[in-house]
Amino acid sequence: MAANVEEFVTQRYKQGFITDIETDTVPPGLNEDVIRLISHKKGEPEFMLDWRLKAYRHWLTMTEPNWAHVHYPPIDFQDISYYSAPKSREQQNAEAPQSLDEVDPKLLETYEKLGIPLHEQEKLAGVAVDAVFDSVSVTTTFKDKLAEAGVIFCSMSEALQEHPELVEQYIGSVVPYTDNFYAGLNSAVFTDGSFVYVPEGVTCPMELSTYFRINEAKTGQFERTLIIAEKGSYVSYLEGCTAPQRDENQLHAAVVELIAHEDATIKYSTVQNWYPGDEEGKGGIYNFVTKRGEARGDRSKVTWTQVETGSAITMKYPGCVLTGNDSVGEFYSVAVTSNYQQADTGTKMVHVGRNTRSTVVAKGISAMQGEQSYRGLVKILPSATGARNYTQCDSMLIGDQCGAHTFPYIEVKEPGAVVEHEASTSKVSDEQLFYCRQRGISEEDAVNLIVNGFCKDVFRELPMEFAVEAQALLGVTLEGAVG
Amino acid sequence: MTEPMLKITNLHAKAEDAEILRGLNLEVNAGEVHAIMGPNGSGKSTLAHILAGRDDYEVTEGSVTYKGQDLLEMEPEERAHEGVFLAFQYPVEIPGVNNIYLLKSAVNAKRKHQGLGEIDSVDFLTDVKQKMKLMGMDESFLKRSVNEGFSGGEKKRNEVFQMMVLEPGLCVMDETDSGLDIDALKIVAQGVEQMRSPDRAIVLVTHYQRLLDHIQPDRVHVLARGQVLKSGDKQLAHELEEHGYDWIRYEEAESA
Amino acid sequence: MKAVDETATRMLDRLQGERPGDASDWIAGLRRDAVARFAEMGLPNQRIEDWKYTSTKAIAKRDFARPDAAGATADANRIEALRVPDLDAHRLVFINGHYAAALSDGEMTDDAVRVRNLAQVLAEDPDALKDRLADAAPADFSGFTALNTAFAEDGAVIEIAADRRVERPIELLFVSTLRDEAIAAHPRILIDAAHHGEATIIEHYVGMDDPQNLTNAVTEVHLAEGARVAHYRVQRESRKGFHIGSVHVNQAANSRLEQHNVQIGAALCRTDINTALNAEGAETLYNGLYLVNGRQHVDTHTRINHNQPNTTSEEAYRGILDGYARGVFNGRVYVAPHAQKTAAYQSNDNLLLSGKAEIDTKPELEIYADDVVCTHGATVGQLDTRALFYLRSRGVDHETARGLLLYAFAEAAIERMGVEPLRNWLQGFVIEELPHADRLQEFV
Repeated sequence: MAANVEEFVTQRYKQGFITDIETDTVPPGLNEDVIRLISHKKGEPEFMLDWRLKAYRHWLTMTEPNWAHVHYPPIDFQDISYYSAPKSREQQNAEAPQSLDEVDPKLLETYEKLGIPLHEQEKLAGVAVDAVFDSVSVTTTFKDKLAEAGVIFCSMSEALQEHPELVEQYIGSVVPYTDNFYAGLNSAVFTDGSFVYVPEGVTCPMELSTYFRINEAKTGQFERTLIIAEKGSYVSYLEGCTAPQRDENQLHAAVVELIAHEDATIKYSTVQNWYPGDEEGKGGIYNFVTKRGEARGDRSKVTWTQVETGSAITMKYPGCVLTGNDSVGEFYSVAVTSNYQQADTGTKMVHVGRNTRSTVVAKGISAMQGEQSYRGLVKILPSATGARNYTQCDSMLIGDQCGAHTFPYIEVKEPGAVVEHEASTSKVSDEQLFYCRQRGISEEDAVNLIVNGFCKDVFRELPMEFAVEAQALLGVTLEGAVG
Repeated sequence: MTEPMLKITNLHAKAEDAEILRGLNLEVNAGEVHAIMGPNGSGKSTLAHILAGRDDYEVTEGSVTYKGQDLLEMEPEERAHEGVFLAFQYPVEIPGVNNIYLLKSAVNAKRKHQGLGEIDSVDFLTDVKQKMKLMGMDESFLKRSVNEGFSGGEKKRNEVFQMMVLEPGLCVMDETDSGLDIDALKIVAQGVEQMRSPDRAIVLVTHYQRLLDHIQPDRVHVLARGQVLKSGDKQLAHELEEHGYDWIRYEEAESA
Repeated sequence: MKAVDETATRMLDRLQGERPGDASDWIAGLRRDAVARFAEMGLPNQRIEDWKYTSTKAIAKRDFARPDAAGATADANRIEALRVPDLDAHRLVFINGHYAAALSDGEMTDDAVRVRNLAQVLAEDPDALKDRLADAAPADFSGFTALNTAFAEDGAVIEIAADRRVERPIELLFVSTLRDEAIAAHPRILIDAAHHGEATIIEHYVGMDDPQNLTNAVTEVHLAEGARVAHYRVQRESRKGFHIGSVHVNQAANSRLEQHNVQIGAALCRTDINTALNAEGAETLYNGLYLVNGRQHVDTHTRINHNQPNTTSEEAYRGILDGYARGVFNGRVYVAPHAQKTAAYQSNDNLLLSGKAEIDTKPELEIYADDVVCTHGATVGQLDTRALFYLRSRGVDHETARGLLLYAFAEAAIERMGVEPLRNWLQGFVIEELPHADRLQEFV
């Protein structure tokens, strides 16, 4: 059995290629001049630079978090380059390409290879894509069609040019730069990311998607995404990430902020497949991101769905602040750690408003020497009368070298609240494997089948396009396509 | 005389150093239904699991051929592809995997082995639904996770239902009657009778003869201490019921 | 000696003095090291993850004196009234940490057990404690353990013989009384069960006349192969007092521990229950009940280390919190690499009865082996609504029905306790604590 399982969990990283493209990369190092340079290159309004500098000065007073159940050598923040952009783009003076013809063919080729066609005629059915390559957005598809509906979907750089008042109003309102060490760093040096604004009453006509790609060596990726859903609107947003195979570790410290106003719904899905390092644990991405949604208006809803298979080290806790009365927060997660991957991940659900509800379903799979911790916070404030939370977190272990840990924090200050937390740890049993094999299913398929079954509650929350990708990532055939 | 479908010769097997089978011989021809009876610990379930390829047991001596092939050399899934089916005494639960998906994967794995393409979904569903009806099962069951939350009776019915869909050459049924009430027993027996065919052999492993009131076996074998002690026609089962297993032991002692 | 902060310096100064056992080199050394450890560590602060929800500032700002042995007297009738009613037990009584011979059943030695007070052993037979004192409980477990190790001067030493069952429970009654100034007692209890020895031991902490004292107790338990010990900890300190306690258990093969932890009193109570399952077949049951109101703060941290294969643990803690009370529960189950076939079940259920009460619960699993069955669960805030409806449909008014279900909630913990008189007494006690006690009496 061991051999097959091993095969299953160590499928070769297919996105590990490097695009050979000329770039404009600032030398490694971080100081106020670098921040001014980034802001200048992007032609940002004054308020943005001021905010970045305030963030930087505050960040200097902060210390790196060390409470997570992960181990890695200290990061030298002066050895990272904080800006890298494909040259062709630089020559156009930070103006986004007006059409695909202006995009470097090598970049288009890169995204083709990743299975993300940017030509609209070969579009992913009904999905608008913003492609972010190292520090900058390469192109955004379907903009015109979205504009008809009044939806703004563009890169953060563009938003700072076209809609500075919206950015100024919302940026840092959910994740202030004082929030944590990596959010502080991101606030100072973020380069690009996606911006989404859905006006009142609008249901976004298609799925929105950003595809993040780290290419250049020795760079960090610090994107910042901001999604605002006005009263009564709906938007579903997908995020995918890959990086080349490199021997050194690369830092990814993104910030995502979601704001859902009254009766609005934001559904945010991630398939994270950053390079995880090789079989010996060499190289790979450090994925230290801060993601938080605020269900600000009454009856609003924020849903996080994530499938995390990549990164050498992950510290990530997408959360919901349920401020509005009757607002809803959801978190569905599948995380896989194999080889020497380490993940400390979970969610924070903070109940502020009355009758707020949250659901957490977290499935962790550890194989080989993988180490995984679920760390979750459910906090019910005294104002959250009638709040409800249900949390289920299950771990599956494959092999006897791995670890699975659960650290849920439950803080309740409201007597009418009902909080339930359930957790279990199990393995793929020999009995289950034998049963499947007796029915003629190969051992490898049987493992896939069982793992897929284990993750089912999460996969069914993903938009169809992503569910397929997610299951393919786990090496499983799509269940439910039958019957 | 054609080669028997299943031929077991001088089979010795042990589990964790305890010898369980000690020179077992058995021949089952296509078209026949055999019952293997015996007291607890006689090695009945061990035999069933060895036929299916469970690696908890070590075969130390002897041979097993199925349709002339060396069965012991084959992986469990290969045996399944060739048509060996085990109806488990304790079918395992597989959370999150629905029944229809497991069944379709199993059917397609076998078809692939036979060089056939994937089965047509509509044909498959039609076949499945018809067989479910025979087993008195509700269609909602197809969407439920494999054996999860099933009652004992439902699990056993599900085993027979899977057997009907997979149409194996050799059906080994391990205590399929245990834990069934009379009504469920009748349905299961009907299902097995339905499977009787000139090109199929059925081996019923059972402790009690009550299943044999509903399924007429061609041969009955009594197993004790890892060997077939006595073989006969269905009359033997009745004698066993009447006299108990001690009767065999007594007879054996007499002849020794 | 330079201490980490002013509080630590002050506490060290206040607690100086001669103690039984000082004549023994190794005990004097142990104490010196512990003083040094405490000087370094000080009292735990909230920056330490294990003390995140509990502040020790209220303890730090008080000035606790060291009680003298001469003050270990009390009215026998009043002491009698504090006992668990109808409990036929061998009893040792301690007043403000000092053994009160006149109120106790005295030293006990028979073929099954030897029970002595610690001061006597320290003075007369200190070498008997070698390799046992500060073995299961390392001095640096927390600042409080260091403090206890440095200043413990009395308590109990219980040795259970091999292959023997101690028929009567052993009750250790620790009474904290009102004195001119607040005092700090550091009782130390050693329980040592030889192979296949069996006993029931009850540690019972009570406050008399609402003192603002600190009790800082440490218990060490060694279970040899096949030993079976039921250990109870019943804490009914003064509502103005402070109680810090830790229990540290090492278990050998096929041994069984039952640890029952009842927390009712004290303004601030923190208990740590730690068990190491060090050989195959060892099993542990943790059963806890906390019942607090007013401005009480009760914090329980438990840890079960499954260090070897085929070990089993079951843990169930329940709490009812009213008024402005705050509860903290942190239960950690650790499964070492290769500790296969571990089975661990943990649950923590809480009811908040008031809008000002708070519970912070953190059930943790830390697992490094794959062939294990581990589950944990935590709930806050549920009374069975169907049961509530059922009772009301049978004519029981809403408040009484609610009271009955609260009682039933606590009873689930009480019924696990094997000592019947203790059970009966706790049941009555719980009813009195619940709203509408008078009406409940008729039903239970």
